[in-house]
This record gives sequence, C-alpha cells and structure tokens, in this order.
Amino acid sequence: MFMQNVSVEMQPLHLALEALGPDGLKDSLASMMLIRAFEEQVDQLYLAGRTRGTLHLSIGQEATNVGALRALKSGDRFFSHHRGHGHALAWTDSPQRVMADIMGKTGGFCDGFGGTMHMADVKSGFLGGNGIVAGSLPMSTGVGLAIRLRAEDAVCLVFFGDGAANEGAFHEALNMASLSQLPVIYVCENNSYAMSTPVNSAFNVESIASRAAAYGIPGFTIDGNDFLDVFHCVHSAVRRARNGDGPTLVEALTYRIKGHSRSDRQAYRSRDEVRRWQEPDRDPILRFASTLIHGGILDEGDIAALKATANSRVDDAVACAEAAPKPDPSRLMDHVYA
Amino acid sequence: MRELSYREALNEALVQAMDANPDVILIGEDIGSYGGAFGVTRGLLDRYGPMRVIDTPISEAGIAGACVGAAMSGLRPVGDMQFSDFITLGMEQVVLQGARMRTMFAGQVSVPLVMRLPGGAGTGAGAQHSGSYENWFVHVPGLKVVMPASAYDAKGLLLAAIDDDNPVIFCEHKLLYNARGHVPEDAYREPLGVTRILRKGRDLTLVATSLMVGLALEAADQLAEEGIEVEVIDPRTLRPLDDPPIIESVIRTGRLLVVHEAVETGGFGGEVVARVVASEAFDYLDAPPLRLAGKEVPVPQSEVLEAAALPQLQDIVRDARKLVRNQV
Repeated sequence: MFMQNVSVEMQPLHLALEALGPDGLKDSLASMMLIRAFEEQVDQLYLAGRTRGTLHLSIGQEATNVGALRALKSGDRFFSHHRGHGHALAWTDSPQRVMADIMGKTGGFCDGFGGTMHMADVKSGFLGGNGIVAGSLPMSTGVGLAIRLRAEDAVCLVFFGDGAANEGAFHEALNMASLSQLPVIYVCENNSYAMSTPVNSAFNVESIASRAAAYGIPGFTIDGNDFLDVFHCVHSAVRRARNGDGPTLVEALTYRIKGHSRSDRQAYRSRDEVRRWQEPDRDPILRFASTLIHGGILDEGDIAALKATANSRVDDAVACAEAAPKPDPSRLMDHVYA
Repeated sequence: MRELSYREALNEALVQAMDANPDVILIGEDIGSYGGAFGVTRGLLDRYGPMRVIDTPISEAGIAGACVGAAMSGLRPVGDMQFSDFITLGMEQVVLQGARMRTMFAGQVSVPLVMRLPGGAGTGAGAQHSGSYENWFVHVPGLKVVMPASAYDAKGLLLAAIDDDNPVIFCEHKLLYNARGHVPEDAYREPLGVTRILRKGRDLTLVATSLMVGLALEAADQLAEEGIEVEVIDPRTLRPLDDPPIIESVIRTGRLLVVHEAVETGGFGGEVVARVVASEAFDYLDAPPLRLAGKEVPVPQSEVLEAAALPQLQDIVRDARKLVRNQV
C-alpha cells in the first residue's frame, strides 16, 4: 500500500520561515483552516439543498493545496482539477467568490457558467478547475511553451489526482514537457482513492513518482499532509523550473476525508480507516498548528482566533453568495465566442 | 496571374502570419525537417526555429492540449493533426477544454487556436486515414469550422483563422494539396462566415464543400450543355454558417442539392436542408431538397470500393437532373 511510503523525515521549520516569514506561515495555516471551514459548510449547504450539481470536497488535502501554492509567486500560473475549492481559496483568498460560483450566483469568478468544477481567475494566474480527469495536463504544456517562448520568469503548476496518472494524457504531457524542458511542476495529489478505486488496485508500481523516471525528470513522493514537506518539495521544483532545469513530478500522499462526491456511499473503505486519518498525527491542520506552536510562532490562543476568523469568513461568504443575484438568462450566449 | 498550389498557398499563409506576428507558433508531428505529412510546413523550421515550429512526439492529445494552453496564454498556435482522423485522439482537449473554456469561465479567456485537419478520402489509405470529420465540430458551440476548396481560399481563410480569437477547426482535403489556382502575393484575408456563390444559375442550387466544390463546378458545366443552369455555392465556413445566400438562392431556383464527402447521416447536408426548409424558401421549393454524400460505410481501401463510397461527378449530374426534371 502506498501509504507506507510516507516520508517521516521532518522538514525543518526554519527553511519555510526564511521563505515565507512568520506571517506567511500564519497565513498558510489560516488558509488551511479557511478551506476546512468552507468545505464543511458547503457540505451542509448541499445536504440542505442550497447548492446543486455535484461537490468534490478538499477536506483532508489542505496541506497540499496551500503548501504547493505558497511556493508560487505573482506571475506564475496553475491549473486545478475537479476537487478544486481548496486551490481556489488558497490562491484567491476569496471565499465569497468561490461560494458564489458553487451556488451558481453572480459575484463569483464565472457568473454561474462554471460552478464547483470550473472556477478560474485567469488574470491572477488561476487557469481553472477541470471536470475531466487529467484534462489540465496537456494544457500545462502549452502554458509552459508560452512562458519559454516569451522568456518569462514564470512557472506553471498543475494539480491532478492519482486517478489522472493513469490517463494517456499524463504520459503525453510529461513526455512533451520533459523533451522541451518546460517550466512545469506536476503535483499529484494522491488522496488514496480514484473515486472508489484504491491506488494499490490501479498501479502496479511502487509509487506514482517513480513514473518520473520514464520521462527523465525528477520525481518525489512526499507527505502531502505535512505543509512543510509539500512547501519545500514544490519550492525546490519551482526553483529548478525557473532555472530552466525542466519539470518535476511531485506525488503528495494525502487522504480524502469525505466521499468522492456527494453521491458516494463509501462502501469501499471503513469508518476506522477514515478516523485514523483524522487523528492529530495525520490531520494536516492539527499537524501544522502543532508545528507552529512548537516553533514558537503561534500559541493556542492564536490558533483559536484563526479558527474563529475562518468560521466567520465562511458565514459571511454564505450570506454574501445567498444574497447575490442569480445570473441573467439574457446573458446566456455572451461568452460562446470572443 | 500568379498561381500556387493549395499546399503552397497554405505554406505562404503560415509564413506571412509568422512574419507578421511572433505569437504565431506551429505544433505538430513531423512538421519540422520533414515539412509536415503533406509538405505544408516545408522550410518553416529553418525559417523560424524550434521555439516556434514545435515538432512533437506522436501525442495528439498532447498536441491539442499544448495548442489550447498556448492559446489561453496569448499565443496563436496552429496545430497540425497530420491526418484528420487523428483528431479523435485529441478530441477532449479541443472540444471539452478549448471550445468550452471561454463560456465556463464567463469570458475571462479566449482560445485563439487553429487546428489543421488534412482530411478526406481518395488516396487508398483505408478507413483510418480517409475520414471527413467536419460535422463532429460543427456540432460544438465555441468552435468555428472552416473548409477551403481552392488555393485562394486556403490562404485567405487560414490567415483569417489565425487572426480569429476563437478556436478554429481548419479542414483541408488531401486531394486538393496539388490543386493550383490564382493566389495573390499580399496577405489577404477571406473573412470567416461568408458563403460564396461560385456560379450563378436559375434552375438548381448546388451547395458543395471541399473537394466536392470542384466536382460541382464540373457538373454545372456538363448540365449547362443540357440547358440546366446550376447555381454553385461554397459555404467555406460551416460554423458559423452564413445561410442567407443559400436561402436566397433557393428562393430563386426552387431546388436544392447539397453535396459533401462525409456520410449523409448527421452530416452537414442535413443542416443546410433544415435551414432552407425552415426558412421563407420553403414556399418556393419545387422539389424535395436532396443530399448527396459519402455512403454509410467506413471508407474502404480498394480503388473501386473507395470510389463507390464517395460522391462522384456522375452522381452529382444524375441527382441534379432528377431534381430539375421533377423525378424526385
């Protein structure tokens, strides 16, 4: 089972401290808490019939969401996937807009045209979620080509899941990017299940990262529930990409606490297994909070205050999105053609 | 008058677009030193270098996706699918990503790519290298679909397609690459979405696409000797379809025949007929509109079988006569 490969080597806090500063670390934890509070609220809204469509929640994957994106800077680009609320929140810090999109309201990013799987904030570099598994991978090649042609100081990061690593598009994209040494960072959020299929039923290799060898690029399997591990690994990959040293495949081992989508009865796993991943030694938020307390950066009171802030921001976001007007049907055809 | 082949006209369009705009890049298989499977990109790698002429491994989804990603980053990529059939391997990137993205993201992004599809039968290449897929894309909001039938249009429409801010599927025909015609030297544009009437006639409206346009014009010549005056129309852009010239023509002639190489069921002819029948031209129809199209069979290899599967000159003449003589 892949999970046994989790790196247990602790990444030193001081490296992240140098790169992000104490405020950056505190903001990162706040962002993870915002994602958690947001997703728990959205889950309830869906059950209450206040959102429609489907829902893929990021709960349990907050360290990967935030840790990877904190390694980027302004001007960089990234693609998300179908489970993208966490990425959208981590990058834009705008729960109102993410909530408006999920509810199909105006005032979000996509004015009712996108929804949970198709958010984007293109000007900021967030190139969109995706409803197609591995759909973003080939596009990241094109973004990398554009960055290279224009000699921009930028990189493109692309998130995808373990399921996507078995799509043909994964192979084509990684091979092409490697051949051209494009500045692309592949972050595989291995959350242990592709819908109902556990990774050990879908791969006959030791790790997804080991596939990097097939493309002649570096590959790393990291603890995706450890903010510091994610940040350091992606940060190094970004540095290599910026230096013209080509792409990197990062496999972040994490765990999807909620079902695949709202219709998932989760017959493929036990409640005990899920509970195990919610314990303080595995939960990404509890772990990072504990690290920051032990590092003397925050105290228990700060943590409680961050949590309260996250909850109230989510409440505000819900109120704001519910009050926002629905899109005007007369605008239906506005965006089909440029 | 200066003449070029359809192949040379396309090459010249690429050169003029790439000279004028550093954002224009080419992505495809064997488009470098080989010059493309049909020679359209010959000389371009030497001229523009490997950063702009990106010769890829055999990875159609990778190529299509690279085009979408480059286009959403502000470049103007021209993808080469080598054979139109291979777009089936890149369909998801073109249709689910490129065509849908602008609407999904409420207009935040445009995707100015051109995907060149060398298509059509007649070379004996068999069922997997002979397809005409234009109507697969006509069915997709967000795409434009262009199908040039002459060297002149090949150049003018390709330049306009590269200028266009939307994803454009550019359907070429393999049997047209050597077809010569008048091609001015300047970088003229033939606007997308403009139907052209190639020959005026009072008795029958004959709408044809791609390779069938030449056959339609030949058929019109033959029929003229029998006193049948055929109006030949080439829509050139199938989506968006400029239908008023077709509807106005049928109002004048009272009869409609649509000819294309792709199979009839679900084909472009059905769209043309439906638009005419649902228009004011309905009251002017003197006969049921007809479609003449590829047979409902994967294109076979043998010369005789292949010919039997595709509309031929005599088929056009026969159907036109039937319509004009009220034998339908």
